[in-house]
Amino acid sequence: MSFDVQKVRADFPVLAELINGKPLVYLDSANTSQKPNAVIDAMTHFMQHGYAPTNRSAYQLAAEATDKFEGARAKVAAFINAPKVHEVIYTKNATEALNLIVRSWGVANLSAGDAVVLTHMEHHANIVPWQMLAAERGFTIRWVPLTSDGLLDLSNLSTLLDGAKAFSFTAMSNVLGTINPTAELCAAAHKAGAIAIVDACQAVPHMPTDVQAWDADFVTFSSHKMVGPSGLGILWGREALLDAMPPFLGGGNMISDVKLEGFTCAELPAKFEAGTQAVIEAIGLGAAVDYLTAIGMDNVRAHEYDMTVLALDSLNDRFGSDITIHGSTDAALRGATISFAYRDVHPHDISQVLDQNNVCVRAGHHCAKPLMRILGSNATVRASFYLYNTPSDVTALCDALSEAGDFFTL
Amino acid sequence: MPGLEDLYREIILDHYKSPRNRGSLEPPAVRSEGHNPLCGDEIEVFLIVKDGIVDDIKIGGQGCSISQSSASMMSAAVKGKPVEQARALIHRFKHMMSIDEGGEEPDTSTPLGDLEALQGVVKFPVRIKCAVLSWNTLAEALDIAAE
Ligand SMILES: Cc1ncc(COP(=O)(O)O)c(C=O)c1O
Repeated sequence: MSFDVQKVRADFPVLAELINGKPLVYLDSANTSQKPNAVIDAMTHFMQHGYAPTNRSAYQLAAEATDKFEGARAKVAAFINAPKVHEVIYTKNATEALNLIVRSWGVANLSAGDAVVLTHMEHHANIVPWQMLAAERGFTIRWVPLTSDGLLDLSNLSTLLDGAKAFSFTAMSNVLGTINPTAELCAAAHKAGAIAIVDACQAVPHMPTDVQAWDADFVTFSSHKMVGPSGLGILWGREALLDAMPPFLGGGNMISDVKLEGFTCAELPAKFEAGTQAVIEAIGLGAAVDYLTAIGMDNVRAHEYDMTVLALDSLNDRFGSDITIHGSTDAALRGATISFAYRDVHPHDISQVLDQNNVCVRAGHHCAKPLMRILGSNATVRASFYLYNTPSDVTALCDALSEAGDFFTL
Repeated sequence: MPGLEDLYREIILDHYKSPRNRGSLEPPAVRSEGHNPLCGDEIEVFLIVKDGIVDDIKIGGQGCSISQSSASMMSAAVKGKPVEQARALIHRFKHMMSIDEGGEEPDTSTPLGDLEALQGVVKFPVRIKCAVLSWNTLAEALDIAAE
């Protein structure tokens, strides 16, 4: 199928909104993505015609709601090429999925003397849960450093992985845009006897994902970044690992039996899905997966590649030495998430001027403070592009940026 | 929609470009630190209180024009003033930023000077946190100094 960005834009009602009479230039999709009608309509339709509890009641409407809820799980499994549908676990968001891994697999497997390997480009969601458990258990955290162009420095990887029990890393940096060699990193983890955990929050929305080709053990991501609704995340894990792990949250739905003396767990996936689930959101995510599949993830990646090349070239051409773009200059090694510093103007002030032109970017630390310290700043401006962004969005960014420059001439 | 000029008044940009009382003080000066978790701005306040007077104050850290200029104006406004007056000014400034801490309505009879220029920040709710960061940090430093 050929990719037509104008057709894609027409699917996203918010992109047609005028704010103070001017069009919206949404460049914050690494934060969260906008929603197409297909998702909005699927959720509305389900609430209007099909809403009922799942996995609980025997009447027809409930059985059909359960089928739809499970149908969405199957769609997600196919989207990431998971070998088994019941290896796909619904969580609240990617953050909860990572906490689940740490609090379940980690609690069962990590103690003093052990080591876990992370990288300097992780989001707080893939740092803090480990630090919390490390404080209790006394295992050490080792860090893969970065090269000067924002790639992982793999020169000492085998030493860092030696004796480690887990290697948890992002498939793509939410600040630098760097796309990591995920399959290679999973293989290195396995060679050292460690499990490989992939934070795929920034990868699944933007490029084809195949957890089997990666040979990962756990993969986490969030629905809201992939044109789906907020309130839902995904944990995929290998069946054997998930089966061996203790439950995470306790309550309804996750048990097979409860007696006064104790409980037994349900089978996967219910074992890790305590309480009433985000059913409407799951229907929405199923629609999001259908939407992205129909467009084709290769097309999404190709479009974002073009946007990256254009944005990098335009920013460099127009601002030259006034702009410092973090991360790789090679669009093949990165996604369309571009962090930069502009002269001495503080990112917060830049985003204020951009906002005056309806150009929505994120200014701040992007939930990656260790990385920010390594970059030597406490904030950057981040413009992130997705399947609905156009070359005119790049122009709008550049125009607003030069306005900010004029305003803040220091 | 309010324009950029409402926010970035000339006097604000002046304090941003040439911040007053910038630097640090060695102990026995007290030090407190404030963070804006939203954008990563950091402010350090160094303070010497002598005989109930803010004898010296220095500002460190980094941040946007609003947080930096607010800190600069604040330092100029409280330096040499009695601690009580500094506390009253904190209360009054936060009130101007529409932060209701309870307590009495601040006395607004005296002119605010340069600080008046920050009034426009209220129209940009996300920036209020930037403007009050240094004031909260000063309040903490005054508490430490009083210990
Ligand atoms: C790389 C990365 N990991 C984890 C997260 C956390 O995702 P969420 O906030 O949806 O749980 C994000 C998003 O902010 C991210 O970009």
